[in-house]
Amino acid sequence: MGPGGTGMILAAFDFGDAIDFIVNGRESVTGGVRIGGSELLPQLWRHLELTGAAVGIACAVALPLALWLGHLRKGQFAVASIANVGRAVPSLALIGFAVAYIGLGFPNALLALTLLAIPPIFVNAYVGIAQVEPDIVDAARGQGMTEPEIVRKVELPLAVPLVFGGVRTSVVNVIATATIAPLIGVVTLGDAIVSPQVYGDAGQLGAAICVAALAITAEVTLALIQMLVTPKGLKVSSPRRRGFPFMSMRRVEVS
Amino acid sequence: MSWLTLFAQVQIHHRASDCESNNGFCPDWIIKNFGDRYVDPFFRHLELVLISVLVGFVIAFALGIVAHRRRWLVGPVIGLTGVLYTIPSVAAFLLLVPITGFGLLTAVIALSSYTLLIIFRNVVAGLAAAPAEARDAALGMGLTDNQVLWRVEVPLALPEIFAGVRIATTTTVGLAALAFFANAGGLGGLIFGDLVFKSNVVVAGGLCIVMAFVLDGLLLFAQRLSTPWVRAARA
Amino acid sequence: MRNIAAALAALIAAAGLAACGSSSSSDTSSSKPTSSASSGSTGQVIQSNPANKKVTVTIGSKNFTEEFILGNIYAQALKAAGYNVKTQLNLGSEQIALKALKSGQIDAYPEYTGTALTSFFKVKTTSIPTDPAKAYDQAKADFAQQGLTALPPTPFTDSNAVAVTQATAKKLGIKNISDLKSKASTITLAGTPECRQRQDCLLGLQQVYGLKFKSFTPVDPSLRHEVLQKGQADASIVFTTDGQIKANKEVLLNDDKNIFPPYNITMVVNDKVLQKAGPDFAKTIALVQKGMTTPVLQELNSRVDLDKQKPAAVATEYLKESGYTK
Repeated sequence: MGPGGTGMILAAFDFGDAIDFIVNGRESVTGGVRIGGSELLPQLWRHLELTGAAVGIACAVALPLALWLGHLRKGQFAVASIANVGRAVPSLALIGFAVAYIGLGFPNALLALTLLAIPPIFVNAYVGIAQVEPDIVDAARGQGMTEPEIVRKVELPLAVPLVFGGVRTSVVNVIATATIAPLIGVVTLGDAIVSPQVYGDAGQLGAAICVAALAITAEVTLALIQMLVTPKGLKVSSPRRRGFPFMSMRRVEVS
Repeated sequence: MSWLTLFAQVQIHHRASDCESNNGFCPDWIIKNFGDRYVDPFFRHLELVLISVLVGFVIAFALGIVAHRRRWLVGPVIGLTGVLYTIPSVAAFLLLVPITGFGLLTAVIALSSYTLLIIFRNVVAGLAAAPAEARDAALGMGLTDNQVLWRVEVPLALPEIFAGVRIATTTTVGLAALAFFANAGGLGGLIFGDLVFKSNVVVAGGLCIVMAFVLDGLLLFAQRLSTPWVRAARA
Repeated sequence: MRNIAAALAALIAAAGLAACGSSSSSDTSSSKPTSSASSGSTGQVIQSNPANKKVTVTIGSKNFTEEFILGNIYAQALKAAGYNVKTQLNLGSEQIALKALKSGQIDAYPEYTGTALTSFFKVKTTSIPTDPAKAYDQAKADFAQQGLTALPPTPFTDSNAVAVTQATAKKLGIKNISDLKSKASTITLAGTPECRQRQDCLLGLQQVYGLKFKSFTPVDPSLRHEVLQKGQADASIVFTTDGQIKANKEVLLNDDKNIFPPYNITMVVNDKVLQKAGPDFAKTIALVQKGMTTPVLQELNSRVDLDKQKPAAVATEYLKESGYTK
């Protein structure tokens, strides 16, 4: 690659400049306005708002349905289809679709991101419930528990790792996709990535770092919450159940 | 219309307000232009996905085998691949282009690094889940550690490994749409080429979904073929 | 009275002939309009020079409609002149294009004078000359310091403009941007995300014109006309060579205070390659640029954006219809 190439690598990764952009802020490349530093805070807030709302609504919509269907162990093919579609649709096609058929602005961006968030939550919760050993469920029935009681007291606690895994996957996906929300009317941290002329290289890199940091923070936070919520009996087993960061992000196979 | 436009070198076409110019969903246009516009990018996209998943699998599988024996490696590898996974794909392509330039290499590097976490995790989990009895029985029969690994643990881990590969594959189908940032072609270039044209977005996005289903089905078939004992157990 | 009527009839007949026939130079000469402001000169066919065959040039372009069309036009024109032409017509942003040019991945690509000044040479948007020729001269001088030659620019300029629907223009009775002064608080404006922070966009409208819009909606640039069509915004920042302006009967408000700098296209070429390629390179580029007026670019853009034709095909049509190729 030669000396020129090395120079290019160093220039490409001017982290120092990017960090300076994040911490201090500066005047925009094209002039006349401040970027970076405290200007990032409203964007961060927007990003969090969108993500929180999207994942929250997705949970409210998908979890009850998934728990119910999973308990009945019905609708396997539908679940597999949702899983595939959810992963295969390019996030940008979803944005394009949202723009073409739904509209602009916060409510519409929220709708698109909620649709994005639903598949991992739904599929993971379904499989989490469905793969509880039938013997255990029968034993609970034999003890006289009602169906809803079985779901709440037996299946759900056992499914916690997978359910959480789905939520964590969704959160990371939504954070990543909310990066391009400025293209449909909501200014998030991705503003610098879609406006390279105004923000420059340092701004773009800085924004990328922010989004990645946000995703990792969210992942670790949720992992900690999972560890707190996991019933004591389960905590003894593998790291997967204990909810190590990234570990329980498994989106599940449905065969 | 001025005389100028009539006499200008380039003929100004009269445009009726039809389906295409209104960016609607136009089945006729789709049928007429499908072979011309969508077939090549489809296969290019498929190429990207297959190569990326293969590269990712080889690396992740090797790492998984190594980490299976040295458990302390699992945490750090998960951490590293997890960070790679969390970097928004858009940013990843932007960061790579100055180093590796445009084209297939950049796209494959970025895409395969996304598959590493998923596959590695499943390889490790699958190997760890092999029942102790099976391992003990094999050791009792006099097999070496290596033989136990390849003849007992890996086959038992296949369902989990296949599951990871399937997830990685369908995810890569979606992510490969961003490969056009690196000039690697694929369906993403089509989507971005005309983000407003409903027919275009629906067809290109739909082709991604079709590809994901087909690949997932093929892998599922391969999984069933390679683990006949699972079916026997179910029966 | 009858003489005028006869003259008119003759003109109409001649117009009919011109519209039906191809516009090779021999045809138009028989129906030459009296207006001398005719944008295109009569096309001169590009001559293929066998000496050029040993020169390979790689032409690049950025990745949106106008750049695709221009890249194809230049590439096909140079091919007609006998060069061995390769293309890389999907470079992404101008930063990527410049890097590709400097690293030798491509030898030339069409760039906008305004973009070069703001993106490459760090000129603040308020300092860009409003005169297109001056803007080109400044860009040319700056490029020269990097071993790049900026060839003479196109007649058309693709600048920002504020567009409203015909209905809105009538309802508010506006013709100039400054007419919005008292009405801006009832109007929503749409533009790219970076428009919010540029003085040749929203900032300029706020600071120079003193406009306080009801709200600003950032959108992907591909949606700039959709938002007007769908009523999601009252005004939108569009580009002066967009085909949709005519198709949707949009009204462009006059930029009476000149906040939108000129954006002419100049073909930026690697010095060494230009030398190796000889005089035919610059000559061919200059030739095919003669026909590139704003109405012509609007038409070409329409063919890609509205008729959904492929840019390469539209480029071929441009060269044929203008008489540069047979």
